[in-house]
Amino acid sequence: MTKSQPLVSLNEVSVKIAGETIIDKVSLTVNPGEIITLIGPNGAGKSTLIRAILGLLKITAGKIIKMPDLRIGYMPQRLHMDRTIPLNVKRFLNVWRSPQSIETYAALRQVSADHLIHRPMQSLSGGELQRVLLARALLRNPQLLVLDEPVQGVDLQGQTELYQLIKTIRTQYQCAVLMVSHDLHLVMSSTDHVICMNHHICCSGHPESVSNDPAYRELFGIEAVKSIALYAHHHDHHHDDSGNVIDHSGHSHG
Amino acid sequence: MIITTTTPAMSLITLGTHMAEFIWHALLAGIGVALIAGPLGSFVVWRRMSYFGDTLAHSALLGIALGIAFDLNLNIAVVICCVLIAIILVALQQHRIISTDTLLGILAHSTLSLGLISIGLLGVRLDLLSYLFGDLLTVTNTELIWIFIGTAVVSSLLLFFWRPLLAITIDEEMAQAEGYPVALIRLLLMLLMAIVIAVAMKIVGVLLITSLMIIPAAAARRITHSPESMALAASVLGCISVILGLFSSVKWDTATGPSIVLAAALVFLVCLIPIPNRSGKT
Repeated sequence: MTKSQPLVSLNEVSVKIAGETIIDKVSLTVNPGEIITLIGPNGAGKSTLIRAILGLLKITAGKIIKMPDLRIGYMPQRLHMDRTIPLNVKRFLNVWRSPQSIETYAALRQVSADHLIHRPMQSLSGGELQRVLLARALLRNPQLLVLDEPVQGVDLQGQTELYQLIKTIRTQYQCAVLMVSHDLHLVMSSTDHVICMNHHICCSGHPESVSNDPAYRELFGIEAVKSIALYAHHHDHHHDDSGNVIDHSGHSHG
Repeated sequence: MIITTTTPAMSLITLGTHMAEFIWHALLAGIGVALIAGPLGSFVVWRRMSYFGDTLAHSALLGIALGIAFDLNLNIAVVICCVLIAIILVALQQHRIISTDTLLGILAHSTLSLGLISIGLLGVRLDLLSYLFGDLLTVTNTELIWIFIGTAVVSSLLLFFWRPLLAITIDEEMAQAEGYPVALIRLLLMLLMAIVIAVAMKIVGVLLITSLMIIPAAAARRITHSPESMALAASVLGCISVILGLFSSVKWDTATGPSIVLAAALVFLVCLIPIPNRSGKT
């Protein structure tokens, strides 16, 4: 019954950096095929938690158990690549695996970035780079996709598209998704489980229930709660008259 | 005053018939080193490690001093010394007491001084200038063999580990998150640099080694579009620099090491000339 075995489970994990408690006794489980979103204000330790799960920093207490041979596809916040490395998108995607141009093309197409295939990596805009990084993570055929602020540098319209895309990817690749966001209202429709954290877990559960949770309201203030209502309305309206615009990659930054 | 190689250069003239043999030795040695300095230099450029390379090279003199004092093979002594310094450096970096470039500056000059003082204290007799600035024209058969052993080892390791090396160069965290043994691969890169320094020391000397790695690579960046082509082009441009530098050094009786470095700088300048883009946008 490998299906029911969790991919990753955290038990009372704490991380201290320079004496400061960044993560405080966090427990969570990532099951196969599940989309989990970490939300919280800036400096709440979301990225630190992701980095702890990925093994990029040492945890001070607690335990992280990963399924043996877990294939992780990681999409970082930004790429630390030096500009002097001559790489186009195609070659970049083939650095980690043997070149299979059909797969490479398919992955780029999936994220609507196939037109970028011959572009130098250095010439990509923020949003284009995010898509290429997502394609790279997909090419690993991951069981768990880890996305740290996947919509950075993407406009609002693009953000909705990108979250929609992540949901499609989950269905198609049968993978679990663990992502960081600081906008509950944008991810609501494309996540199964929300974990709201500020160093410790404040509340967690189904997106609707989290948005009504007093802990969430306290953390984000009344403004955030209002914007959810606004968004729900806006979403209905938007979907009515231009549904096909959302599906299509309307604006190519060509 | 001319610093080095007046003696070999003069002996070239007096020996007459042996001249060709000297040149061949020097040429083969220089090309052997340039071949591996190119790809490795590309990594140095991509990973912004040129100060790191300098530090390792400066510590090579300490390796020479200890090698002679304890009667070890000098190439191996240098490799061991460089790797040890690299490990110390990485360990100190973890503490984050001071920034890496300050740390490199401290280590580079203290190991160089330690090397110079050890040579005096241990009573080691050597031609210091030839180690500082290189002495390509006096390469012996044995040294030539060591250079080609070094070249063979470095190029086969580079080929075998090319993909992981490239992966950690693009983004170390991403590589680590996806299960690459980043610390080991980084150690491998340091070992490769140590080997190149050990064999290149004879060619350009410890003070100029890094330039033989980074100048051809920087020049190659201008004319290539993939990591592999940049590494290969760096090898070729390095060989051209060695040939140009060696022949001008013989012709004008100049110090060989600096002549090669200047030739490389000249090649770099030529590569800076913009290539007119004849093919339209694709």
